[in-house]
Amino acid sequence: MKKNLIQDSGFFILFLCMLTTLIFLGLIIYFISVRGLKVISWEFLTQGPRMGMTQGGIAPAILGTVYLTLGAVLFALPLGLACAIYLCEYSPKGFTVNLIKMGINNLAGVPSVVFGLFGLAVFVKFFGFGVSILSGSLTLGIVILPLIISASQEALLAVPQSIREASLSLGATKWATIKNIVLPTALPGILTGIILSIGRAAGETAPILFTAAAFYTRGYPRSIFSEVMALPYHIYALMTEGTHPDQQTAIAYGSSLILLFLVLLISAAAIFIRQRQKNIHG
Amino acid sequence: MKEKIYKGIFAVLAFASLAFLMGIVIVLFKEALPIFQKVKIGEFIFGRYWYPTYSPAEFGILPLIMASVWVTFGAVLVCVPLGVGSALYLHELAGDKQRAIIKPLIEILASIPSVVYGFFGMVILTPFLQDLFHLPTGLCALNASLVLGLMAVPTVCSLADDALNYVPKSFREASFAVGANRWQTLTQVIIPAAGSGISTAIILGMSRAIGETMTVLMVSGGAAVIPHTFLEPVRPMTAAIAAEMGEAPMGGLHYHALFAIALILFLITFVFNIVAEMISRRFRIKLGLSG
Repeated sequence: MKKNLIQDSGFFILFLCMLTTLIFLGLIIYFISVRGLKVISWEFLTQGPRMGMTQGGIAPAILGTVYLTLGAVLFALPLGLACAIYLCEYSPKGFTVNLIKMGINNLAGVPSVVFGLFGLAVFVKFFGFGVSILSGSLTLGIVILPLIISASQEALLAVPQSIREASLSLGATKWATIKNIVLPTALPGILTGIILSIGRAAGETAPILFTAAAFYTRGYPRSIFSEVMALPYHIYALMTEGTHPDQQTAIAYGSSLILLFLVLLISAAAIFIRQRQKNIHG
Repeated sequence: MKEKIYKGIFAVLAFASLAFLMGIVIVLFKEALPIFQKVKIGEFIFGRYWYPTYSPAEFGILPLIMASVWVTFGAVLVCVPLGVGSALYLHELAGDKQRAIIKPLIEILASIPSVVYGFFGMVILTPFLQDLFHLPTGLCALNASLVLGLMAVPTVCSLADDALNYVPKSFREASFAVGANRWQTLTQVIIPAAGSGISTAIILGMSRAIGETMTVLMVSGGAAVIPHTFLEPVRPMTAAIAAEMGEAPMGGLHYHALFAIALILFLITFVFNIVAEMISRRFRIKLGLSG
């Protein structure tokens, strides 16, 4: 009897934990959606800010985030994929592999603001790219590199060994096997990783604070050496700079909703693809 | 011949992440070093006054370190019970249908950007806490702890759930066979077996909390004094770097001091990650898993 009482109360506490988690996370989405929807309009999405950040829209910030994210993926994808291919297909097990794996794990744990300082010292200062799309993209690329590597690695490991052996036994070379057999099979998994890293790059703020972001730019960026407005930085700047807190908070609600919507949509898509993949392959 | 070239190319590219990690270490040391020629390391770490823009400037980062410790500690108090509790619920109580919905939902929630959490803290929690405790400002260590803790919950929950799933089914069946009920099986067999996996989850959650920047920058209040209660405004290390780097003249002492803070932060998270990795490796060996 007492045993069951303990069990029931224990399970009830666990249930409360789950409920609290879901309620709080739900509240965040609820508040931002309800208040954000009030300011979102066609004009808000397609025009630049006007009247000292108190009116107009966030189009340049959206576009800036798209540029930065694309740049980051273009930079990190070849590196990450090559690294995963080397680790899964070529690597002679041993010291080097462990060293590389240690590098990836620790890179994944580096605080985001430290990436920002690295970008500032190396891309902005040392290479002289200045505060620009290029510097920001490269910095964000390093942030998402570990994510792309581990997702690609997982996808490559899921390819059955027998397919590789079948291809090799037909006389295909190692590279031909990777290119024609392994990579196409692993493609959905790799795509999931890319999509997840897009979501991550789009939401990161600290790495672009000193390397790319500007509170306000006149019009749209002209080249990869221009400063840009970016959605996450825009939210931060609206809340901490400027002189009209009330109007700015309203715009920040709208920007948060757009960012939240984009990022949640992206990661939901990735998780959906992964789930379907799992169901197909068991 | 061609094959060897391909292999070589991949091998070189594979070192990229290691090279970036090394690059970060080198840059942090190089840019941090000049401050230690002016201020002794001991004075820098244990100095109680952070007045980088005064003249003469004071570079003591103890208030910043203490702020990070307080805020991280608070965040752990929030995210460990909620995260691990939720994981246990998912593992033990949620049926397949619930699990199929909640698990992906938690993963999706893990991707909410930190700046959105910070924004939520500023506009919703700040006025709430201010009214509740009659504070001069709702931007305080408690606010930062709550938001950071909440933010780490999905991460901790996902990782802890994975750890629980690694425990072989046979452990559970053996426990039932000797007459234990579900709660006893959970607390005396499964949790101890998954213990080091769960600790890894907690350490990684802490590591994330201590390195998190945007949320603490937005809600911690920004006062660089050693905190005595959770209701005071504080300035954790990450917030100091992010807030001050924009104004610090490049190449000046303040600039180098901020790099030194980043170096210390990097070393702390580095140790956390190594410890987490070591524990998780032992965990896998204990349960007879490869890898």
